[in-house]
Formats: sequence, structure tokens, C-alpha cells
Amino acid sequence: MNVTALSDAKVGSAGVVERLDLPDEVSHYLAHLGFLPGASVEILRRAPAGDPRVYRIDGVEVGLRNETARHIFLKLTVIAGAAA
Amino acid sequence: MSCHAPVVDLIEEPPAIIPAGPKRLRTVALIGPPNCGKSTLFNRLTGMRQKVANYPGVTVEHHSGKMKSIGRNDLTLIDLPGIYSLSTYSEDARVAVDVLTGKMPGVPAPDCVLLVLDATHMNRQLMLAAPVFSIGLPTLVLLNMSDQMEARGGKLDTLALAKELGHPVALISAALGKGLDVIPDFLQRAGSRPDDGRRPVQLPVLQSAASCHSWATQVTSRTKYKSPAASLWTRRLDSVLLHRIFGPLIFLAVVLAVFQVVFLSGQPLSDWLTAVLTKAGAHVALLLPDNWLRALLRDGLWNGVQAVLVFLPQILLLFLFIGILEDSGYLARAALIADRVMRAIGLNGKAFIPLLSAYACAVPAIMATRTIENKRERIATIMVAPFMTCSARLPIYTLIIAAFIPNTRYLGGVLGLRAMVMLSLYALGFLAALITAKMLNSRVMKAVPTPFILELPQYRWPTIQSLTLRLYDRGKLFVKKAGTIILGVTFLVWVFSVLPVHGGQFSALSTSLIGHLGHWIEPVIRPLGFNWKIGIGLLSSIVAREVIVGTLGTLYGVDPATHAVTLQAALRHDMTLGGAIALVVFFAFAMQCTSTLAVVRRETNSWKLPALQFAYMTVVAYVAALVTNQVITRLF
Repeated sequence: MNVTALSDAKVGSAGVVERLDLPDEVSHYLAHLGFLPGASVEILRRAPAGDPRVYRIDGVEVGLRNETARHIFLKLTVIAGAAA
Repeated sequence: MSCHAPVVDLIEEPPAIIPAGPKRLRTVALIGPPNCGKSTLFNRLTGMRQKVANYPGVTVEHHSGKMKSIGRNDLTLIDLPGIYSLSTYSEDARVAVDVLTGKMPGVPAPDCVLLVLDATHMNRQLMLAAPVFSIGLPTLVLLNMSDQMEARGGKLDTLALAKELGHPVALISAALGKGLDVIPDFLQRAGSRPDDGRRPVQLPVLQSAASCHSWATQVTSRTKYKSPAASLWTRRLDSVLLHRIFGPLIFLAVVLAVFQVVFLSGQPLSDWLTAVLTKAGAHVALLLPDNWLRALLRDGLWNGVQAVLVFLPQILLLFLFIGILEDSGYLARAALIADRVMRAIGLNGKAFIPLLSAYACAVPAIMATRTIENKRERIATIMVAPFMTCSARLPIYTLIIAAFIPNTRYLGGVLGLRAMVMLSLYALGFLAALITAKMLNSRVMKAVPTPFILELPQYRWPTIQSLTLRLYDRGKLFVKKAGTIILGVTFLVWVFSVLPVHGGQFSALSTSLIGHLGHWIEPVIRPLGFNWKIGIGLLSSIVAREVIVGTLGTLYGVDPATHAVTLQAALRHDMTLGGAIALVVFFAFAMQCTSTLAVVRRETNSWKLPALQFAYMTVVAYVAALVTNQVITRLF
């Protein structure tokens, strides 16, 4: 299975959230923004400095630092940049 | 579905038995997640007359107003804070629950609820619906931004959704004012019918995020909701505004342009206002007998208050721009761009929003730090917030710049020297904030960083109504301050500048009480290039920064030598360039604000932090002003 950390997925990829390995408070907050197992997420773009990056989940765009995204795991459905 | 669809309601006939007779509606609560357009709707429904207050014991702001715009002056609409769920640990959510259940002291229990959801992403928005329904009040579900949803190919069946939710549902567009006629209809029926809002619907039993989410997903899939495509415009704009090179450059250009406009069009407006107010003062003075009362009113109070009031146009212009940037959704992008810098100095990117609002005023900014969960990061943010250039610094900055900096233009008139000096002063405050944060971070703060999680709303046009409302609020606050604090201090300054009375004659300025005090403190401030009048200005402005302009207006107005000239001319005559620049540098750093000190004391529950802050900022200000004056005096 193609499970990867959200922070490792390239811009343009998409996938389905598998699990979050974060403290309760943080994952609770993220859950209300739609970061829940089963939700589909798309890696939209990077901030000018490369980090944070912007993700689209449930039709909402959310900015997350890589240090947080590293603990969110997803199953990739679209892998971008195969040629790049 | 069009925006003008009638309220979809499932009750065909009124119930046979009316238990307690029709209940009169009094209070309506407005609730919704952040960024759902709730404030726009609130403004639409209440118009300009709304009250802002803090809930007792908490720092959450409380907006309420009569629903005048829909002809229901008898109804009070309470705007609850924007929240994602009722079960979060946040203070906002607790306030919302307390108000909805009638447990908030001083706030009447609401009789019905308007739930606003953003129709462009229903899956997530519906997560708030379940806990709100379970409170059991008659609820109207308003699906906002229907215009955007339809334009981007989304589909939503209000009839099916109403059936599924057991509450009436309507599509609206608060920004365009479409579909709002369902609200009076709903209120009419909610008022004429007893509480029959409870219909058997399946709500998630456990109100956890996961169960609310799966319930919401089931509801949207059963009602065949088709979510709209991502806004093409937002994508396009973001690919430019968040571009790795253009993004930061555009950010700088935007900030520079704001200052440029504040100066270019604000200055003539201020000059015009000065002329009008001076003329008005002179007319009124003619009607008064030539005695001490006229001296008090004209030389004392009028000069002082007028000197501050003329900055109203510039302050309003600045707030107009901040309002446009915030309402359009650009500020969230700015926070994203700034996060890297913020992290480098050990602040949370989230601290960017409170810090940015400190550009208006440090008091709400310090209250806004409550969203930062980590206590050390919060204290660090409180410590640095007063360094951000608040609008109370604008009067003295503008006064000194207009008096001492030539109106030179560069690059064919695009870039003005005055705007650049102003921008440097803002940058100076920001730099002081950065260095302070860095120091705190390496010395005392070994903080566990809290995550940076930021929702990026779609770009949208700011509405004239919400911008007008902001300016009105801000202008009212400024004028009120001029009429109370500044008037009071100016009065005291005038009294002490003419006392003691010798044989029925007022003292000359330099032999008055205030003259003595001024000359007594002069040795301390002389190295900074300040004369004793500036010293009195500094002392009086410990109350609030704008006061210095009022005090100087009064002091130079009382002085026969400068009585007839404008304050700008009087200062040019009385100060060196070094002293003038040192004065604005002093104001960039000094903690001249009792309101801020009071709010820091309230938020931290001790005088320790405010005392430390006051001492630290005053020392920094003194040293920086000293260096500035010495360097400039030697160079020029």
C-alpha cells in the first residue's frame, strides 16, 4: 500500500487520510477542519518559503507546517510529478 | 435551486393543541463556523446600530443589534463567535453554549437560532449543525454563498436537506443580499407557533468530530449534494500572491502602497480639516468675551482637541485598507507568507494575526492572544504586541513627518520620501518586536511549539456595508477619545500652564507650574534633542500616545510667540531635525498607553508583566532616541 506522510507527498498529489499521530488537542482541532480518516486531501501549493504548505480537504483550503503534516498519513491516489 | 426559494418547511399544518399560547419572540441568536459570512449577514440584518461589549468575565466580544433592516425592531440579534463545534476547548465555544442555553449572565436566552453555513463546502459545515440542533431551539438553516456555489457548478437540494435535518433550510447570499426574505418569514412563524421545532431526526449520538463528520457526510450524500469546483479565481490569485518570488514582493508593494495613499490623500484632507476647525474656533471665540474663559476654551481646549482631531482622515484611510485586506481574504495569505519569519524568531504563525491587529491597537491584539494555547508563546506575543505601530502613534508621526521631511518624490513621483519615512517607522516597531521575541525565546522561553493551522478562505469582494461599519466604529472611538481623555488632559495642561495667578494675571508659560516642571525635567531629555515642552508632552502622553499632540497644541497655543502659527510651523521653529526624528523614534518604542498596561495586567493577573514591559520599553525608547539625535546632529 502506498501510505505516506502528508509532508512527503508532492504538490499536485491527492490521497485519502489514513490516520493522525498527533496530540489529542491538535488532532481534535484538525478533525473539525476535516482531517479525519477517510477524508480526501489534495496537496495544493507551497507558501513562498516552501513551508507551510496548503492542502485542500473537504473543499476547504488549510495551511499546515511540515512539522505537523509529517504526522498525518495518507494513502496516495494521485501521484504528481512522476516525470519531474 | 434559486436564491429566492421559499423557506422549505416540513410542517404542513399547525399542531392541534397549543400548549402555552404563542410565545413572543425577543432574542435571536446567530451562529456559524468561522469564515461562513456570518458577520456580513449580521450587518445586513441589523444595519449600523449595533452594540459591542465583552461578555462578563471573558474577553470574547459580544455584538448585538435590533433587526431593524428587516423591520423587526422588537427583536435583538446576538452574534455568537465563529466556531467549528460546541465541544472544543476554546473559550469561544463555551461562550456560544452558555448563550444558547441561556446561562450567560446578562444575556437573555435566545428564542430561536439562525444557523449560517457556507454552502460551498457542506460536508464540513454541517458538522456544526448537529450540536446546534441538539440544543433544541427552533432553528433556521441559512446556506450562505449560494451564488458562489451555483456559479462553480455546485448543487444542493434544500427540500431534501430540510427533510433530512428536520429544520427549515434556505439558500441565501449575505454579500449580495439575496434570499434574505426567508428570515422574517421564519421569525413570523417561530413567533406565532409554539415550540414545535423538534421533529424526529437522526443526530449523531456521540458528538465527537468523527461522528459529526460521518453524519454530515451521510446527510450530504443522501441529499445528493454536489460540492462546487474550487474557485478558479482563488487558485489563479493564489498562484500569483503566494508565488515564491512575487508573493513576498507583492506583499511589500501592497504595504508601501497603503502608506503612500494614506499620506498622499490623507494629508490634504487633514489640512482641509485643520482649516475648517481653526475657522470654526475663531468664529466661536469672537462670540465670547475676552477673558479667562475664552483663553481656556480657545487656547487650551480647542487647540488641544483640534490638534488630535485633524488626524481622523488618515486613521480612517488606514483602517479602510486594513479592512479591505482582511475582508478580501488576503490577510490569511499574508500570515502564510510570514510564518517562516515568525517561526525563525520563535513565534507561532498564528501570532501573526494578533500582531497584525496590533497595528490598529494593542488592546484587542492582546485579548486576541487567547487563541494561542501555549502560555509561554502567549506571554511572548503579549510582550511584543505593543511594539507594533498602533494607530495612536499615527498623529505624532504624521505631524513630525509633515513638519520636517520634505515632500520629495522618487521614481517619477511614485515613491514619496514621506511615505518611506513612515514605512521605516513601522518597520522599526516590527524590528523591535522581532528582536524582543528572539531574546525572550532564547532566554526564558523554551517553548514547545504549538502547531500552525490556518484556514485560507476564498477571496471575496469586501462589502461596502462592512467596511463602512468598521470605519464608523473606529471613527467613533477616536472622536470619543478626543472628547474625553484628550480633552481632560488638555484641560489640566492648560490649567497648570497659566497657574499660579499673580495679582489677577495668569503666569507666563515659562514661569507657570508646568513651566517649572518642564524646566526641572529638561536635563534628562536635552540629550535627546527635546525641549521642555516636548518633555511635558511625553509626560502627559503616558496616558495615551495621541495626547502628546493635544498637549503640544495647547502649550504652543498658550505661548504668545507661537500663538498665531500652526503647530507644524511652531515645531519647525522650536526643534532641530535630530530632535524631531528622535521624538518619533521614541514613540516607536515607548509604552505610552495606560489602556494596554491595564489589559496586560488583566490578562496575566499580575502587575509584574506590565511593570516590566513599561520599564523595558521606556529604556529602549530613551536609548534609541538618544542615539538617533546624536547621530543626526553630527551628520547634518
